[in-house]
Amino acid sequence: MTALDKARAADGRRIEIVGSMRRQWDQVPPVGKFGVLVALLVLIYLLPIINPPILTTPESDFATVLFNVSLFVLVAIGLNVVIGMAGLLDLGYIGFYAVGAYSMAVFGSPRSQLAVAYPWLVCIPIAIALAMVSGVILGGPTLRLRGDYLAIVTLGFGEIVRLIAVNSDALGSARGIRGIVRPPGEKANGRPLFGVLDAKPYYWLVLTIILIIILGVRNLEHSRVGRSWLAIREDEDAAALMGVPTFRFKLWAFAIGAAVGGLSGALFASKQGFVNPESFKLITSILFVAAVVLGGSGNLVGVILGAVLVSYLPERFRGFEEYRYLVFGAALVVLMIFRPQGLIPNRRRAAEIAEGEEGAMPSVTT
Amino acid sequence: MDFLIHNFWELTVTGLTLGSIYALIALGYTLVYGVLRLINFAHSEVFMVGTFAALLTLTQVFGLPSGSLSISTISAIGYIIAAGVAAMIASGATAMALERVAYRPLRRRGAPTLVFLISAIGASLALSELFAVWRGRNQESFPDLVNPVTLFNLGDAEVTNEQVLIIVSAVVMMVALDQFIRRSRLGRGVRAVAQDPDTAALMGVNKDRVIALTFLLGGLMAGVAAVLYGLRIGTTVYNVGFILGVKAFTAAVLGGIGNLRGALVGGLLLGLVENYGSAIIGTQWKDVVAYVALIVILMFRPTGILGESLGRARV
Repeated sequence: MTALDKARAADGRRIEIVGSMRRQWDQVPPVGKFGVLVALLVLIYLLPIINPPILTTPESDFATVLFNVSLFVLVAIGLNVVIGMAGLLDLGYIGFYAVGAYSMAVFGSPRSQLAVAYPWLVCIPIAIALAMVSGVILGGPTLRLRGDYLAIVTLGFGEIVRLIAVNSDALGSARGIRGIVRPPGEKANGRPLFGVLDAKPYYWLVLTIILIIILGVRNLEHSRVGRSWLAIREDEDAAALMGVPTFRFKLWAFAIGAAVGGLSGALFASKQGFVNPESFKLITSILFVAAVVLGGSGNLVGVILGAVLVSYLPERFRGFEEYRYLVFGAALVVLMIFRPQGLIPNRRRAAEIAEGEEGAMPSVTT
Repeated sequence: MDFLIHNFWELTVTGLTLGSIYALIALGYTLVYGVLRLINFAHSEVFMVGTFAALLTLTQVFGLPSGSLSISTISAIGYIIAAGVAAMIASGATAMALERVAYRPLRRRGAPTLVFLISAIGASLALSELFAVWRGRNQESFPDLVNPVTLFNLGDAEVTNEQVLIIVSAVVMMVALDQFIRRSRLGRGVRAVAQDPDTAALMGVNKDRVIALTFLLGGLMAGVAAVLYGLRIGTTVYNVGFILGVKAFTAAVLGGIGNLRGALVGGLLLGLVENYGSAIIGTQWKDVVAYVALIVILMFRPTGILGESLGRARV
């Protein structure tokens, strides 16, 4: 117990430090803030060209790694809407990712059963729409359930999607679908911008999409919808009593989360050029959750950090790959014991957890 | 449909066999849920550890080769009991360690439910990966201890000694557990904590010990399930617990989570539904049938067939 107390005291100090850093950052004039952010962004965009010596991955193509990391960040931002903002634990997020990827394959590949091969710009909205629809189909009947039941049902959903992909010939069963359309665009020399070998354009594409999504999500967070999510997360009954249509807003969180998941899946599919069920195992879904929770669910900066850690570390230290699930599993337990609010917590979320702990026993019995 | 009609009894017997294994694992979920009101997500790994304990006892300690072997009935029974005891010890110890490491520190602080769930997911991941790193990611085979012999016919299905052994031992274990919870002093403590933890504590029940006990009981049942699973399926692998865990949880919810007899009813019913369902739409959809069953039950009758609550279990 004393070790725990000490850790919590240390934690309090760390929170204070982060808090004071936040206050200092708040005092920087807007122009300065803007300048720092732009400089940081330029640096992030240039990463695959600079190939910084320590960060770079000696055993695999750095641009490809960056693409994978950025895709993971996008997924985590989407999942954060569901887990961090609305407080719904979704363990089957991979299902939406798979729906997006398979929509891309079915509509964008001449080798699918449909064989329509629509252009990329048409496939993306289709993938997003289908993922959203699947989110509503899953959420409609299940969002009335209690939190822990919801987790198990979403887990089942993720598996159902994968098993459907494995078992239906229309989706290419275990072989999957090849020949998926790539994003449009040409280089100056007339060759396609989005080729097979060079991952840099894909990385830039995903980065740009991340920026757009972040802007959207931030706006949502500070809108009526975001406040409703917060109210639902803190106390659903109280929120309902105050006139928040809880079910409708939970469904919205699910649909928006699913849309971002579907978009990520579609981007993944068009980069790979093929999809098969192997990419959509449940363990990956658990890693998504790990990324969000590790960084600090509800806080965008924290979630991005978590996603970068979870996806980048195993690539950087290849020998570590065999142990990564082991390490992340253990890390989740340790984190929940000592710092349940995540590495960089959401201010309000941290307060909620602290409050729940002071209230002691009753919160367990919800 | 034809397939279902022609093989009805066969499917019934195999469904009940598998269902009794689900039921044994479901008890672990139900016990913990009854007392703590939380889903012990890592219970699937308690079962997985049991299968490995049984396997390693047979192959490493007794040096039996995996695959078929010719041994007398008496020694086969001896081996099964030895493997069973080893699996029960390993699973029980794992369950208690789990409670100690992943749950108790959180409980002391009264953390929100989701924090428990994430901690359990982490523990589950870490445990299964530990075995993946240690034993490799390929399936390992059990020695064939039981030579299937047909004992009697049910309808047009042949019922083997193996199936009888599995169903009977599962039912015996469950009756024993039910009686333990209903009649013994410790069992009364479990029911008291399930009804009202704070009042039970005021009445002098040691809550921590009762909770440890429920984890232990759940682990012991998972250990029995592990041996029976080894006899029936004949292989194990690091992630064997995952699908069985979800199915056992479905069984627990189906019967009414927190209700011991519900776990038996739910397990057997799920085994049957799964077998009949996959006979109609194809065996490759077997797991999907189970997941869909879970979603349907939660939608229409979240309290299950026999209703929830260990505390209100009839005295």
